[in-house]
Amino acid sequence: MSVRLKTGGRLIDRSQPRSFRFNGRVLRGYKGDTLASALLASGQTLLGRSFKYHRPRGLVGSGVEEPNGLVALGTGDQLEPNQRTTTTELREGMELRSQNHWPSLGFDIGALNSLAPRLFPAGFYYKTFTWPRSFWKHVYEPIIRRSAGLGPAPDAEARDPDSYEHFHAFVDVLVIGGGLAGLEAARVAGASGARVLLIEQTAHWGGRAAKDEQIVNGSPVDNLVEEIRAELSAMGNVQCRSRTMGVGVYDHGLVLAVENLAENASINDAARQRLWKIRAGQVIVATGALERPLSFAGNDVPGVMLASAIRDYLIDFGVSPGDRTVVVTNNDSAYRTAIALKTHGLDVPAILDARAGGGGALAQEARALGIRVEAGRGIARVLGGRAVRGVAICAQAGEGVVQEEIACDAVAMSGGWSPVVHLWSHCGGKLRWDDAAAAFGPDVDKAPLGADGAPFVSAAGTANGVWGLGAVLADSARVGAEVAARLRREGAAPRSVEIDAPEEAPMEPVWLMPQGAGPKLRAKAFLDFQNDVKVSDVQLAAQEGFASVEHAKRYTTLGMATDQGKLSNINGLAILSDALGQPIPQTGTTTFRPPYAPLTLGVIAGEAHGSLFQPVRETPMQAWHEARGAYCEPVGQWRRPYCYPVGEESHEDAVRREVRAVREGVGMLDASTLGKILVQGPDAGRFLDMLYTGRISTLAIGKCRYGLMCSENGFLMDDGVVARLGPESFLVHTTTGGADHIHAHMEDWLQTEWWDWQVYTANLTEQYAQIVVAGPKARDVLEALGGMDVSEARLPFMTWAEGALGGFDARVFRISFSGELSFEIAVPAGQGQALWDAILKAGADHAITPYGTEALHVLRAERGFIMIGDETDGTVIPQDLGLDWAIARKKDDYIGKRAQARAHMVDPERWTLVGLQTIDGTVLPDGAYAVDAGENENGQRNVQGRVTSSYFSPTLGRGIALGLVRRGPERMGEVLEFPRIGGASAMARIVSPVFYDPEAEATDG
Amino acid sequence: MDKAGEMWRFDGALARVSRMAGMGMLTLRGDLATEAIGGAVSAAVGLAVPQTRRIGFGPQGAVAWMSPDELLLLVPGADRAARQEAMRPPLEGRHHLLADVSDARAVFTVEGPACRDVLAKIMPVDLDPRAFGPGQILRSRAGQVAAAIWMEREERITLLCFRSVAGYMGELLKTSAGESGDPAYFRPEAG
Repeated sequence: MSVRLKTGGRLIDRSQPRSFRFNGRVLRGYKGDTLASALLASGQTLLGRSFKYHRPRGLVGSGVEEPNGLVALGTGDQLEPNQRTTTTELREGMELRSQNHWPSLGFDIGALNSLAPRLFPAGFYYKTFTWPRSFWKHVYEPIIRRSAGLGPAPDAEARDPDSYEHFHAFVDVLVIGGGLAGLEAARVAGASGARVLLIEQTAHWGGRAAKDEQIVNGSPVDNLVEEIRAELSAMGNVQCRSRTMGVGVYDHGLVLAVENLAENASINDAARQRLWKIRAGQVIVATGALERPLSFAGNDVPGVMLASAIRDYLIDFGVSPGDRTVVVTNNDSAYRTAIALKTHGLDVPAILDARAGGGGALAQEARALGIRVEAGRGIARVLGGRAVRGVAICAQAGEGVVQEEIACDAVAMSGGWSPVVHLWSHCGGKLRWDDAAAAFGPDVDKAPLGADGAPFVSAAGTANGVWGLGAVLADSARVGAEVAARLRREGAAPRSVEIDAPEEAPMEPVWLMPQGAGPKLRAKAFLDFQNDVKVSDVQLAAQEGFASVEHAKRYTTLGMATDQGKLSNINGLAILSDALGQPIPQTGTTTFRPPYAPLTLGVIAGEAHGSLFQPVRETPMQAWHEARGAYCEPVGQWRRPYCYPVGEESHEDAVRREVRAVREGVGMLDASTLGKILVQGPDAGRFLDMLYTGRISTLAIGKCRYGLMCSENGFLMDDGVVARLGPESFLVHTTTGGADHIHAHMEDWLQTEWWDWQVYTANLTEQYAQIVVAGPKARDVLEALGGMDVSEARLPFMTWAEGALGGFDARVFRISFSGELSFEIAVPAGQGQALWDAILKAGADHAITPYGTEALHVLRAERGFIMIGDETDGTVIPQDLGLDWAIARKKDDYIGKRAQARAHMVDPERWTLVGLQTIDGTVLPDGAYAVDAGENENGQRNVQGRVTSSYFSPTLGRGIALGLVRRGPERMGEVLEFPRIGGASAMARIVSPVFYDPEAEATDG
Repeated sequence: MDKAGEMWRFDGALARVSRMAGMGMLTLRGDLATEAIGGAVSAAVGLAVPQTRRIGFGPQGAVAWMSPDELLLLVPGADRAARQEAMRPPLEGRHHLLADVSDARAVFTVEGPACRDVLAKIMPVDLDPRAFGPGQILRSRAGQVAAAIWMEREERITLLCFRSVAGYMGELLKTSAGESGDPAYFRPEAG
């Protein structure tokens, strides 16, 4: 059983105990522990159940590669499933729960699955749940969903109380990985004066070297780490960040990294995590290597761990994995684990070296310590279920005949090392197969290329497939200098080091142990621990024709769990290659995609939650609307008042009241959101003639004209009123939603097509507050305000004037979107609220009524005015809407003219605007289709038109609608059928779209 | 432009954020190389046309480069009509656009040694002193909305955004300056 040793542990502080709870039980650890080391120190070797077979599982690794040691962390609003215990630092009072078991961790019903694993081979789901088809939705899917997933999802109503933030950094060189390679590369590059950022995923610098107890220049490697750290601190141009993991490398030198802050402060008063968005001129990937497991039967039994992980727990945290540890390996590095265990007073009954020739100098050292070393041997199978009881050993060359059983309670395995090439690969870096290391490493000739065609990512040290401390330091210095040279700078010289490293024997690839293992052993030899993929599954996939590595991955789910196959990838490829009878490089790897390790959704969102989730645009009168109890609707990023209910009034009633007020008395509307673009210059008229379908250049100063803008494809895009301010100056009003994109549309044409025209534009939308005063009493209200002459004679329909109105410097437009006498008054935005208040006061005698967007819609529909977005949907041309009068046919050209001449656009069968009046006076469903005789090729009713706007008209006391109908205007008086969802059809007669005041008398007041 | 008044002030853990009022802002578009524009800028604020991404300051106001054919003049709010009048003679007969945009914008200042850190959290621009310092202006975004920033002197950054998102921007700046973490990137000694 695992236990904390009396002494040791370079990362823990025994004077600072920490307590935490695991499945309700109080356990203890120390400051500096990870959750994994604290659990292991507490004897907790069983941590959870596997995904498919519910097999007992314990820790395998000690870092980001860990597949099994996942827990649900926290409770309530702070519950997070699938948290990796090996990378989470222990804090006081943490709550951990094991996952994927029922009813308890010790006894799990789902484990019955593993009694008959032949029922669940690769592709089981694909093969089993295909018939009968109707069973999928109601029987299979619910069952699969219930048994799938590792951790519990947080409650749907949970709200994360933590805060997160982003940070944007721009550096010349980003070094990812704070091991000796990264430190040395940063030192060399930093000496060039370049801006350097060095990030390290753990809380500690120096990486693996320190744990391997190597000697550099006659002293422990820790001293070298401190020396370089000190040199970096002295450089003002170098910054180092620990607890910061590089998770993705993207085009143009963008790198994402996540910094964990929770360990630095109490959890609620500062950000918990920070997402770094780094733009780097050059990226150095110094991410080291991960040890690979060996594939033998029972390699997933709790207590079987990576040799390097056992060394980490022992040296970093003072935790023994067990009293008796058998080491099994195909390379020399695992001997270090055996030696470390032995020197810590623990028993190592045997080292099983699969290589017939055995190990190098470290093997001799182990033998000298009295450890039994067996060359050419391996593990036939692990004894024990919920914990290791022993191993049955065999000849690696054979089929697994048991030669001997050795009692032990832990197994340290090493199948060699794979460089961490993920970040190298994210942006297109290619890999090469290294036969000596039996691993993929970066192909330096095929590095990720930047916009200039030159490499922008380099790998250094072990991540570059370079092994041994001396070689790693030299490689890192070389890369640091090379990267400095790419930035036209000069890096520091390499440091001279003397390394006292034992001579190592070459590793030998071992993909299956023993190499001739039969079906029974292969079916218990796990490749992917988290997704329960075994050697036999990959072989079955190959047998069934999944020869592509990408297909085999998806068929078996190898490498598709939350660890993304960090341990299983190469072993799986090797088994697949063997089954296909081809070399590993020919099989290739699956694609390495960001992120390297999972990120929280919180850190991706950053500050964008709660009130900062999305910007809300506010007009100068927004506060008044809200204080008045306006019910608002989103219009783009604005929140415009939909109506202003009074007391208990329903929205429907409020809208009717507001409409009647405008028709009978006077109403006021906040129209500040309408786009206002100043277009100025000698060619302004010519430019607007091209933008609008109508002719604008002939507009007299002081007058207004309604215009339509189309896209190049002829479709109606925006509409509004243009006012001519001066000989070369026009003010273009757009719809609320059009303000930004019409301005962009203008600049697009001016900058790319008509760059030689003398026109400037300025988007003045937010410079002005604009208030509509509409209704028969509108002029009375303006006159009550006092000041400028707003009489019919001075300010007739479709004109504008500037003057003092109620003491405000105002521009008054005599335009109408309601069909009533109407003025739009623009003042600088800062005076908007004051003007609003003044109009309210001036209109009090006439019971002036603020109205919202819904009343606006009803008013314009009653008058038959179209609304962009209702009557248009990107497929409608002005001619469809009977707006031919707004098209200057004699103009040589305008944007959209040519498209509108195409055969389909002039087809008389096109659906065209009409009014629709229900026979029974009810309101047609918005968007309803008018059915026609017969069916189409899909067996659906043919259709001949649709409703584009539909309202109850308070003015007329019945439903009114606008719609597009095939040959509509030719069919006045015809009755169409509009089916309602779940009810009888509505019958409506085709009528004129102008329901109210067809002679436009009201506009004149 | 210290003549502008302060609408509110927030003293956060990292920086002081203030919303300013009363700054007069004039947009001037034209060919920046011409005497007409040069004369108008000189008449308005007594300064030369700024180079790309620069902002010039003087006793009468400031002038910022906004794009290859656009400048922003900063003048005391009360003087904006008079300054526009003063600009008209040199611009007479020359193709240009001059508009008062004072009411279309909201102005904030972020002050303190950590002002670069506060803004680098929310803006995707290089705020390293090597890239951005007094006399420079950047147009980018802050959070999810457009923004421009400039530095008149160290430890004080002025931010300009559209008026309609002033509420969002105020919250964003307060959050970045107060209620979240301290990256201490531009002042490593504080980390």
